[in-house]
Amino acid sequence: MTLKKPVYLDNNATTPMDPRVLEAMTPYFLEKFGNAASRNHAYGWVAEKAVDLAREQVAKLIGASAKEIVFTSGATESDNIALKGAIEMYKTKGKHLITLETEHKAVIDTCKYLERIGAAEVTYLKPQPDGLVDLAELEATIRDDTVMVAIMAANNEIGVIQPLAEIGALCHAKKVLFFTDAAQAVGKIPMDVEAMNIDVLAISGHKVYGPKGIGALYVRRRKPRVRLAPLVHGGGHERGMRSGTLDVPSIVGLGKACEVAGEELEAESARLTKLRDRLWNGLKAELDFIYLNGHETKRLPNNLNVSFAHVEGEGLMMAMKDLAVSSGSACTSASLEPSYVLKALGVGDELAHTSIRYGLGRFTTEEEVDFAIAQSVQAVKRLREMSPLYEMAKEGIDLSTIQWSVH
Amino acid sequence: MAYSDKVIDHFNNPRNVGNLDKDSEQVGTGIVGAPECGDVMRLQIQVKDGVINDAKFKTFGCGSAIASSSLATEWIKGKTVDEALRIKNTDIVEELSLPPVKIHCSVLAEDAIKAAIKDFQAKNGAASPTEAAAT
Repeated sequence: MTLKKPVYLDNNATTPMDPRVLEAMTPYFLEKFGNAASRNHAYGWVAEKAVDLAREQVAKLIGASAKEIVFTSGATESDNIALKGAIEMYKTKGKHLITLETEHKAVIDTCKYLERIGAAEVTYLKPQPDGLVDLAELEATIRDDTVMVAIMAANNEIGVIQPLAEIGALCHAKKVLFFTDAAQAVGKIPMDVEAMNIDVLAISGHKVYGPKGIGALYVRRRKPRVRLAPLVHGGGHERGMRSGTLDVPSIVGLGKACEVAGEELEAESARLTKLRDRLWNGLKAELDFIYLNGHETKRLPNNLNVSFAHVEGEGLMMAMKDLAVSSGSACTSASLEPSYVLKALGVGDELAHTSIRYGLGRFTTEEEVDFAIAQSVQAVKRLREMSPLYEMAKEGIDLSTIQWSVH
Repeated sequence: MAYSDKVIDHFNNPRNVGNLDKDSEQVGTGIVGAPECGDVMRLQIQVKDGVINDAKFKTFGCGSAIASSSLATEWIKGKTVDEALRIKNTDIVEELSLPPVKIHCSVLAEDAIKAAIKDFQAKNGAASPTEAAAT
């Protein structure tokens, strides 16, 4: 079988839609077009029923009840509602937020905004070198006026899975809300808002083989009943937390995507773990000076983030032209700064520039992984042949002792 | 980001990758950039009778950095030291159609040429390249 090139290995950025999802959505564009808020005729009832089913499908995947699911435009909006909504709603308790330096920009930038307008005081915890939060440090950071702890379930760059149940138990005991951005985790690893004491949770549609532009927010209704001030005011949809006519086809798609992910989670997670390990072992067998970023086992089954020392990431991606991957190299971003996530882990800028993120997915085959190993190895070897740093490293020169002309 | 055909050509078929004997009196070595900035260029020249008769490079960097240094070695070969010193980064930008975010790659290549020439001249005292080559 010939491979479709470039081979898509960027499933942490987005996933293709599952055909079963598209199939479920299709009728809701044309014949079943009703407004889910139209309570007075059949068109509305059909739409409302579809939304109710989707709400149950999403809830089931994370161990919640349907009433606790609010549909949004995606994880970025969900993150915004969670943080801004909590800060506004709980201002009598205080204005302290705790988060991690490695959070997604949707959380970091929202926190920065809340600080800038004087609405919040934020503590950004530094993760341990393996990417995990230091629980003792987290506990020591919680104050009487802490409103919310925002720690992601799994990291989008390095795939590291945080100790959610431990964080949840801690927050629960200290009576602080626990919010987790689970965009990368939902549908990939088991999530249970009850067992993990999660109060608020963000979901993205397009990371679970659903449509782009749709997401959800889980908001706990009991023990405690969480209330979040809305960002968008209007018709009072979604328990008043997110007004606006519901995007029924996308909601149906998200529901179906969650259902499929739940049914296949166990088998798929085992399959991906095997493929991911095959990729890592294949790279390690052929190349020296390569490093795994993030915890080796406490990571998503589909994520591998590797630094190929002495080869710059953007150049490497150019050499691996039949692979669609991403890099933490500065050259790939407008900021010219290498990945802030790798920086927070204490990975030096030099190694951050050489990092490649491989994101496997539901449609990734063993043949594709083998192709990725072969092309990566070939590209790294070719570029190392023209890398002065690799030559020096092979000669045993410690690169950190050289006085470089930093520009 | 789309690369120009010339960048892709230099990246896929880099000219003059390799080493010259850095201890030779005829060879000047320039190393510019820093690993933490994501690019390091090492450019070497071999000078005889004031003329650069060979040039080699090795570069750690993005496609544009590799292409800029490859092009630089191609351009300086056969030139006198003085002619090589007149190569400007803007010439490289133009030849490779580098976008604004990649201009620093061309600056680095110009700096690498100058650093290699400076090293060669330092090795050969303050003497002119011609005299130095005669020793």
